[in-house]
Amino acid sequence: MKFTINKEVFELAVDVRTSLLDLLRERLHLTGTKKGCDQGACGACTVLVDGERINSCLALAVQYEGRSIVTVEGLGTASALHPLQHAFIEHDGFQCGYCTPGQICSAIGMAGELARGVPSVVTDDLTLETIELSHDELRERMSGNLCRCGAHNGIVEAVRETFAEKANP
Amino acid sequence: MNHMTYARAGNSAEAIRLAGERPQSKYLGGGTNLVDLMRENIEAPLSLIDVTALSSEIVAREDGGLMLGAAATNTAVAADRTVRQRFPVLARAILAGASGQIRNMATVGGNILQRTRCYYFYDDAARCNKRTPGAGCDAIEGFNRIHAILGASPSCVATHPSDMCVALAALDAVVHIDGPRGTRTIKLVDFHRLPGGHPEVETELAPDELVTAVELPLLPSGMRSTYLKVRDRASYAFALVSVAAAIDVAQDGAIREVRLALGGVAPKPWRALAAEGVLKGLPACEESFRTAAEAELKDAVGLRDNSFKIELAKRTIVHTLCSLTESARA
Repeated sequence: MKFTINKEVFELAVDVRTSLLDLLRERLHLTGTKKGCDQGACGACTVLVDGERINSCLALAVQYEGRSIVTVEGLGTASALHPLQHAFIEHDGFQCGYCTPGQICSAIGMAGELARGVPSVVTDDLTLETIELSHDELRERMSGNLCRCGAHNGIVEAVRETFAEKANP
Repeated sequence: MNHMTYARAGNSAEAIRLAGERPQSKYLGGGTNLVDLMRENIEAPLSLIDVTALSSEIVAREDGGLMLGAAATNTAVAADRTVRQRFPVLARAILAGASGQIRNMATVGGNILQRTRCYYFYDDAARCNKRTPGAGCDAIEGFNRIHAILGASPSCVATHPSDMCVALAALDAVVHIDGPRGTRTIKLVDFHRLPGGHPEVETELAPDELVTAVELPLLPSGMRSTYLKVRDRASYAFALVSVAAAIDVAQDGAIREVRLALGGVAPKPWRALAAEGVLKGLPACEESFRTAAEAELKDAVGLRDNSFKIELAKRTIVHTLCSLTESARA
């Protein structure tokens, strides 16, 4: 089976039971993506598929053959960080760092949803064409990513600086 | 997880043929529930038939209704312009459920067929009549804060976890089904079963049948609708109580038409027909809403830890209808 991960094509045989998360970590040694709960409750395993964020722990790898998968390794390098990675450092958006790759992939997917005008449960007017990334919108949209260190305030600040200020100068 | 085969179906006929050829097969949508259940050995199919390539179209019909392909993702439905304008209760219900990541994966068909989040159903060391018919139920005298107050039976008190289905129940949605014996339709409110003596049988869908679409009939233009969910935390939690409501109030303040459904309180999406019957023709005011809520919850039965849901459900009904009718007057 052929998988496109961070623009690189990998060809390998995959057991039906293998989750996309295990494929990334155990077969391809892309260990940036983390296994937290392994049941869709924590968001540590969040990756982008064709630009959309998903929980890779609940995804069977076989379903994602031929799709374009991006993990935290595909977003930036140590010498050329993604702007959101830089903002996480600036705003202390982590302590232990375990949830960070999922937070970052999730926030990038979230920004794409916002750009497409996808509403959230706290959006007052569902008919709006464009939705501003307010504090409440940001927190609601990032609720699928837990941080047990309690770095949420820094995370919110990093995401706001990267996406809300750019969208609403 | 046991070993299993996998095949991707291009259309419903192929999916049904594959299911017929492969014993103990399961249709696979976004996987957000089935993968978890397989990992816990609660579901153990020998074969998976991926139906995510089937219709995901959302098509507006000339009569004002809407067809949702079963493979449409929860995000796609909630973001759809027609859904947001004509059926806000559905967009709000979907957005109240799960997380952004899960809504991107989960499908319409899978959401309808998702299984309860009863702790004892998930714990294979516990007794569960749904998992092992006849084994008994550890929830009835266990920690049952999240369990049902309406429609439960001595064999099962689990709730149906979907938010989307509560809105579909209020919207008179119709489920389209395909199978080896042909196509058929069934109303969403008749699709899920109450547990009775057989909680292991949860829907009217035969094992070889496939949900292909959900049809939303036109909601009369005077009807305003919304969804309110009460839960233990502000986001990303299942409902303790939820209310899907649509209401049309005449010029003189009398309720012309009303639809009401409850989530988090019953083994299936609970259409509140008793409350609707009370409300028709009454003035749209808090007193009427309270009378209707009392009528709907008249037969509610609390367990050790969940009796609070009875009053919570009443108050959530009243609050939802008040906010819908107040915003109409504003």
